[in-house]
Amino acid sequence: MDKDILIEYFPLYKDALFLTLKIGWQGIILAFVIGLIGSAIIHFKTPVLKRIVGIYIELFRNTPLLVQLFFIYFALPKVGIQITAQTCGVLGLGLLGGAYMIETFRSGLEAVPVIQTESALSLGMSDFQTLWHVILPQAISISVPGILANVIFLLKETSVFSTISLMDLMFTAKDLIGMYAKTIESLFLLVVFYLVMLLPISIIGAIVERRVRYGQFGD
Amino acid sequence: MANLGIDVLFKGTNFLRLLQGLWVSIEISLIAVVLSIILGLVVGMLMTLNNPFLKAILKVYLEIVRIMPQMVLLFIVYFGTTRVFGWDVSAEASAIIVFTFWGTAEMGDLVRGSIKSIPVIQFESAWALGLNKMQTYFYIIFPQTIRRLIPLSINLITRMIKTTSLVLMIGIVEVLKVAQQIIEANRNSSPNAAFGVFAVVFLLYFIVCWPISRLATYLEKRWE
Repeated sequence: MDKDILIEYFPLYKDALFLTLKIGWQGIILAFVIGLIGSAIIHFKTPVLKRIVGIYIELFRNTPLLVQLFFIYFALPKVGIQITAQTCGVLGLGLLGGAYMIETFRSGLEAVPVIQTESALSLGMSDFQTLWHVILPQAISISVPGILANVIFLLKETSVFSTISLMDLMFTAKDLIGMYAKTIESLFLLVVFYLVMLLPISIIGAIVERRVRYGQFGD
Repeated sequence: MANLGIDVLFKGTNFLRLLQGLWVSIEISLIAVVLSIILGLVVGMLMTLNNPFLKAILKVYLEIVRIMPQMVLLFIVYFGTTRVFGWDVSAEASAIIVFTFWGTAEMGDLVRGSIKSIPVIQFESAWALGLNKMQTYFYIIFPQTIRRLIPLSINLITRMIKTTSLVLMIGIVEVLKVAQQIIEANRNSSPNAAFGVFAVVFLLYFIVCWPISRLATYLEKRWE
């Protein structure tokens, strides 16, 4: 391994990391929002919307992100919907993540005992107040480990973005290997950067999971 | 607008070629799943043993699989190891290696979870009856974990099929590559073919994965 080459490539990977993180977080926030809305719809059994959310979950959980991205990026422009590669990345990640987040939140909502809802309603709170002040805080703390697992999964999935020409970590590595054939250095930096991005989240996830479990055994 | 490229699929053997491409992914995932289940049982069993050295190694292994995107692993095996060791691995072989590596970790973790869920008394009773460790696992523990494991392994198949779409990146001609070829070949006659073809690929994946994941959910509910 050549040290000079590592130093030379480092800035390229740094830029790529920032792009990955930028799209990653935007996509994750979108996934979070979709997850909250979708799980609320399923939780309250809203008649027609419930069906639509169900179809959405099945469609996006049973197809690869790569195919979803290809569809959004290459197929939609043919029917007049033009979007940039970055928006496409955020949208694809958000839609895929949303389908997973709904399931995570829903199992969190189900884990909150029914008596909590009943008590809140009998205190005269409205449906929305019950959800917002009583159910959601409990449900979210239960689903935190699941959410973090989803975050890691989604950040990992960003590696697929290289196929729609976003200059993310994977794209940079592929490009450098193709141009200069410094395979080992390129791959080494790729691994290091993914570790730097994901190892902290994974460790936090493990700690949080232990705490949540501790809380459950505590009562 | 009128021509969205569905007709392109029925030209010549285009649709058949798409299906063949899909089969390439499915074949790779099936081989990898079978290997993962076998190796996963062993790894899962090893994880429940109280050997600190083994535990540390397996923990690092699981963490690597959890953190590294499968595409990075594919690149390491296909471009990296061939460069370092100078051997010659075909794209298909490296795909199977990577997906088995990944699947074994996933499966191992599931096996560990379900072995842990078996009451300790089952182990103790078996030992009290004079069975050795191997016999305990084979006759007492595994049969009890299988009900829990079957739905989870079926789920692993769908995840495997979805992930194998990545092999496109190391040059295996699978369904997306075929789709691109069809679109390119018909660029002049039907410029909007991308819509129809990619929509069909999307649906094909759904048609393959959906029934499998429904089956897993059904079995999970039924055997609870």
